[in-house]
Parts: sequence; structure tokens; C-alpha cells
Amino acid sequence: MQIRPILAALRHHRLATLLIALEIALACAVLCNACFLIANRIGNMRIVSGVDENSLALVVVTGFEDTQGPDVNARIIAGLHGIAGVQSVSVINTVPFGQQVDSAGINKDRAGQIQGGQIDFYQGGPGTVQALGMKLVEGVWPQAADYLPLHDYFADDSSTVISKALAAHLWPGADPLGKEFWCDRFHFRVIGVVDHLAIAQPGSRGTNTAEWSAFVPTMPGRFLNGTYLVRADPSDIPRIVRDAPAVIAKVAPDVVFDHANSNTVSDLRHNYFERDRAMVGMLLGVILALMLVTALGIVGLASFWVQQRRRQIGIRRAVGATRGDILRYFLTENFLIVTGGILLGIVFALALNLVLVTQYEVPRLPLYYLPVAAVVLWTLGQLAVLAPALRAAAVPPVVATRTV
Amino acid sequence: MFGYYLDLAFRGLRRNRMLTALMVLAIALGIGASMTTLTVLHVLSGDPLPGRSASIYYPQVDPQDISKYVPGAEPPEQVAWIDGMNLLNAKRATRQALMTGGMVPLQPTQSSIDPFRAMALFTTKDFFPMFGLPFKYGNAWGDAEDAGKAHIVVISSDLNDKLFGGKNSVGGTLRLQGADFRIIGVLGDWHPNPHFYDPYMGNYASDEDIFVPLTTSRATHMGHEGSVDCWGNGNGGPEDLERSQCVWLQFWVQLDDAASVSEYQAFLVHYSEEQHALGRFTRAPNVRLRSMMQWLAFQKVVPSDARLQTWLALGFLVVCLINTVGLMLAKFMRRANELGVRRALGASRRALFAQLLIEAGTIGFAGGALGLLLSLFGLWCVRQQPAEYAPLAHMDTPMLLATFALAIGASLVAGVLPAWRACHIPPALQLKAN
Repeated sequence: MQIRPILAALRHHRLATLLIALEIALACAVLCNACFLIANRIGNMRIVSGVDENSLALVVVTGFEDTQGPDVNARIIAGLHGIAGVQSVSVINTVPFGQQVDSAGINKDRAGQIQGGQIDFYQGGPGTVQALGMKLVEGVWPQAADYLPLHDYFADDSSTVISKALAAHLWPGADPLGKEFWCDRFHFRVIGVVDHLAIAQPGSRGTNTAEWSAFVPTMPGRFLNGTYLVRADPSDIPRIVRDAPAVIAKVAPDVVFDHANSNTVSDLRHNYFERDRAMVGMLLGVILALMLVTALGIVGLASFWVQQRRRQIGIRRAVGATRGDILRYFLTENFLIVTGGILLGIVFALALNLVLVTQYEVPRLPLYYLPVAAVVLWTLGQLAVLAPALRAAAVPPVVATRTV
Repeated sequence: MFGYYLDLAFRGLRRNRMLTALMVLAIALGIGASMTTLTVLHVLSGDPLPGRSASIYYPQVDPQDISKYVPGAEPPEQVAWIDGMNLLNAKRATRQALMTGGMVPLQPTQSSIDPFRAMALFTTKDFFPMFGLPFKYGNAWGDAEDAGKAHIVVISSDLNDKLFGGKNSVGGTLRLQGADFRIIGVLGDWHPNPHFYDPYMGNYASDEDIFVPLTTSRATHMGHEGSVDCWGNGNGGPEDLERSQCVWLQFWVQLDDAASVSEYQAFLVHYSEEQHALGRFTRAPNVRLRSMMQWLAFQKVVPSDARLQTWLALGFLVVCLINTVGLMLAKFMRRANELGVRRALGASRRALFAQLLIEAGTIGFAGGALGLLLSLFGLWCVRQQPAEYAPLAHMDTPMLLATFALAIGASLVAGVLPAWRACHIPPALQLKAN
């Protein structure tokens, strides 16, 4: 196929060529960045929480004084144990995808000079680690003596089990076991490391901090009450959550059942990512609409060109060009225009990404998106131009002999 | 002449239905997407208190310790109990109110309603007149109730409907966290958006159901919710917030003219110096006094998702317009014959240009009408979203007019280049070709 005559013809249609190329360029920029945003959101939604989500539920009650805490704990634990299928009930402050409860900045020294970043603390009573089903990769689980009552926020000296991600952040390359950190005046010593433990609201403080969390064994009572972790077989869990309000109304009639925060952990996860799903849907809609409009634009202009050049096509056919030649001419012409658009689009895509990086805390666009987008746009262009090109190929040579 | 051109435009549109349909569709899609997101943005960045917001200000002082001090850095976004109370009692503004939010367990006396957690605002007496809250029954509380930690409560009309069937419940009793509170007022409709005075409970959250004096809420240990920022070693427990080195309250003032604004600014500096002399403040006076709209802009209350969606939609509109330019070019150039004949018969270029632009405007109008339907559908989709601002997404008259203005304006812009090209075709060439 000779490219020179095509370029010569395009020079006569500079404006229309430029418009299609510009449209392809903008489509390329939006396509790359929208796909990248979708990939980011889906990455967030895939986070490993580190707990047995399908076997766990959270029950939250409020409306009592802290001094009544021990009594409320005892009644509700007994009540929830009475529901058929419940394997264990323990007191906890929150779970991944639940409310953020104890989140604070920590220091790597007692004086508070070396900061360790903001982490989430999970506080749970005896039985919590077994119920959560976290996977220990180093060290030991807390023993009975490690569960201490709280002073306001924490016990003065606690043992803690932290996530592998937090250990790698605080002491890169070093053995985290036996290491210490401080939060205000409270002191923590690491006795174990689990492979995963997401913070309560993963992604809310950036993607790299999504697993900066520590489990602190705590004795339930005045300062740890009202939130209960229920473990049961996954098939029993939805029924248990349904039955819990009635049971609690019986054993503790004065407390307020928190319907918004009591749910199975898998449902909490589902609800937590609802906005991300909506955003992914919106971005997919934009991509589809954009591809549609771009394709329609190509169809419209290509049809116009074909009609405008009917005589010339007829002449070419009359002097020996085959249908295949005419078809290839229009396909190649489209390929050239789209290629020009993609080259411009790569610049646009990188510029748009730069804006997103500065404005919306989006990471840099990986470069492999660009060739993928190019292939998609080439395919789109060829498909869009196919119908007009076939119509052009169908022009009979006899047209050359007619005046109009 | 306009009527004739309009007639020509309709004839022109009918001539090549496929191109016309493509153009209308392109404009409609672009307009539909942009108007959906622009309407959401318009609703979200609205003035929560029209007519009043200009005289409402948000003072900030800097009580933090000297470690991590950077001169000129932003002072904390909230105030500590001591500063809040000092500024409140100084009464240097026309009105001033100190507040924080919380969730309070409410135990209805009716057995048919289960106990639930009600959203509450703990505040001081000026809150009601300063923000202009309407009262359906009863009225707000005064100094005596603030000082006496009275067990009184003002409730929203929604809660009044829920618990008392909408009847006048003033004088009735509400059981909050196990204690009895006397209802002294029932609010009328009041749903400011954004929820400007306490962003920590959600910027577009549903409004509070109960309002309790701040002093009472502290005395009865009602749970405070929201952000607590502490410095130094001043972390107390939740019971100890009054004495801790933490900021956790919002303070708003009403200042009616420019003179009182600068006066109040000076007062804040003076207050900081005084506290510095007393040894409580360690930093040089560092104050801010933003008006409500400035504060909302500074707080970036409009969700970044909504802004991102708007930019995407506008980008999409640009693509649609480029598309339309191309299609219009094709459409007008195909009519070169007809235009050549008109030129030969004496029509001026300007007349042809006007005629083609009117045709472009007609396409824009059709695209706008279809785009309006699409954006109504888009807004319906937004309302199904889980975002807290979703229920607010409704089209209003200004946005409806803006839809058509944008559609016609965009199509005229798209039409300029093709029309200019089309009316510069030499007429002789076209006549000869035939």
C-alpha cells in the first residue's frame, strides 16, 4: 500500500483530519487515566483484611454509662451465646471495615521525638485473636496474663501483635519481635507478627498505610464494652445477626442496639466499598460513552469522505483498482489519522495524569497503559471506518462515466 | 429574516438525517454528562444560609505548644474548651456560639419505638438566633439554661413527627441516656447544605435531631463525637476534655460590618497576647477570621469525587464538541452546491454565515432538550448512589436554563469554524462543477 497518495489526499482535508486526530487524542488521555483510576479503586477493594470475614459478625450496643460496662458485657455475651450456632463471643473495639475507633500517632522512642505515623489499634478481650482467625507469622499470641484493664485509652504497658506491613514500616529489615513503641505515655512491646491486618477504614489514609495496625490484648470492662465479635459458621452468620436485636432487647432492655454498625463483617466490607463501586461504574460509563462518541464521529466523517470521493473511487476502479485496494485505502487512511491522534494523546494522557497526581493523590500512570490504549483505539478506528470503507469498495467503476 | 433562516435550518436538518442525528446525539451526551455533574457541584457548593452567611465568621486561635512550631502555619481548625469559653464569655461579637456534635441514646416512652441513637448538637444559646433557625413551637434557651446546665432540649421537626406525631410537644419529656429532659422548642424545616457548622459529623449529613446546652451535655457525660487534636502530653480521657490540651469544639461568631470584623480580628490577637502573657499560649499570636464561605472553601467540603467527575464530564463534552465540529463540517460542505447558488444569486457571506449558525443553534437546542432528559436520568442515577450528598441531587431552574444556554452556546462555538469554511467556498467553482 502506498502511503504517499493517502497523505496527499489528507492534506486537502487538513481540518477534518485534525479534528479526528484531536478527538482520538482526548479519548486516549481520558481512556488511560479513567482505566487507571478504575484499576486503583479495584485494587483498594481487593485489600486482604487478615480476618475470617465470612465467619464473623459485629454487634454494637450503646446507651449505658461506662460504669455499667462490665454488667452489660456479661449480659450480652451470655445472651449472644444462647443463639444457636454461635461458636464464640468476645469483646473488641472494632473490626476491619467497621468504625474507626482507636487510631493514633505512635513514636519509636519514649520521648516522642521519632514519629512512627498514625496506626489503628484493635483492642480485644480473651478469645478475640482465635475468633478473628489472623495468621501468626512470627512470635506468639498473647497469653492470659497479657490481657490488661485499660487506663482511659490503653494499659500503661501492653504486649501487642502487629501486622507484617507495620513491622516493615517501623523497623525495615530488622526483627520486630521485642521491639517497642509509644503512643503518648502508653508503652507497647511487640510479641507477635501477623501476615495481614487491615486498618478499620483501609484506604482512608492512603494505600500504603492500609495495614498499619496493631492488636492489643485488653481486659473488657469499664473502657472496653458495647462492641462484640461473634464467630459462627458462615451459613449461620446472617441468621445470627438478624436474631441479635431481639435477644439483646431481652437480656439488656435498656441498651440501644446500633443497627448501622452491627452487621456481618462481609456485609460491612461490602458497604464500605459501595462508593468505590459507584465511582467505578461512573468511570466505566464515561469510557463507554467516549468510545461510542468517538466511533460515531469517525463513522460520520468517513461516510462524508466516501460520498465526496465517489467519482474518484469510480475512476480508480475503472483504471484497475480492486475492491480490496479501495478498502485498504480507507483503512490505511484511518490508521494514519488514529496514529497521529495517539501520539498526541500520549502527551495529553501524561499531562492529565500529572494534574490528577497533584490534585487528587493519584499515583503516577504506569507506562504500559499507553500501548494498550493505542491498540484499543486502533481497533476502534478500524471497526468504525469498516462500514464506510466497505461502502466505498462497493462503488462500481461505471460511476466514473457519469457526471454526478 | 430570522424566521426564513430557521425554516432553511429545519430543511437543512431534514436533508441528512443520519448526520443530524449523530450531531444531536453527540451534543446531548456531552450536555447530559456535564449538566449532571455540574448540578451536583452546584448543589454541593451552595450557600447554606443565603442572606446570612456574609456576617458569619469562624475565628481560630493557636494554643499549641512551641514544639513543631512553624511561623505562619495554619492554627488548629477547632478551639479548646478554655479558649472557647473565654471567647464566648467575652461577648465581643454580635452573637457567638460554641458547639460540638455527638450521638445520644434516646429511649422513647412509646413502647412501639425501639431505643435508638439520635444525632445531637451540644451548643450555646446564640446558635439559634445567629443561624436563624425557625421554630414551629416553643423557643430556644437563654443564658440561665446555659449557666444552670438545665435538662432541656430543642428537637427537630422530624423527631417531633416521629415521636409525637407532629403535635406540639413543648413541655413534654424526652429520655436521653437515662435522664429526663424537658422539651422547650420544636424546630421548623431547617436543612442547611453543606452542614457547615460541624463538618466532623459529615458535610452533607442529615441534620441533628436534638439540641442540648453544651454545659448540660458535659455534666451528663453525653458522648462527644468528632475530631480531637491534642498536643504535648495533655491527653486526658473523654471525661477530661475540659482540662486537656486538645481542640475539639467549633466556635462561630456573627459580625455585622467590616469595622466589627477588623475589631474582632484585633481582639483575637489581643486575646492571644494575653494568654501568652499568662503562660498558656507559647506561640506568637496566630489567628484567622474567615467568613463562612471562605471557611467552606478552605475546608474543601465539596467531595473530591464530585470535582473529579465534573472534570471528566467536561472533558467528555469537549470530545463531543470536536466530534460535532467534524460532523458539521461534513454537513455544510456537502451543501456547497446550494450555498454556491445562493452566493451567485447575491446572498452575502455574512448572510450565509448567519444562516449556517442558526442551523447550528437549532442542532444545539435539540441536543439540549435531549441532554436535559439525559441529565435528569443522570441525576436519578446519582440519587441511587451511596454518597451522603446523593439525595440532594436535583435540577433547579437556574441549572435548567444553564443546560440550554450551554447546549446552544456549545453548538454555536462548534458551528463557527464549519460555517466560516462553508461560506468561503468560491461560488463559481460550485456552479461550474454542475
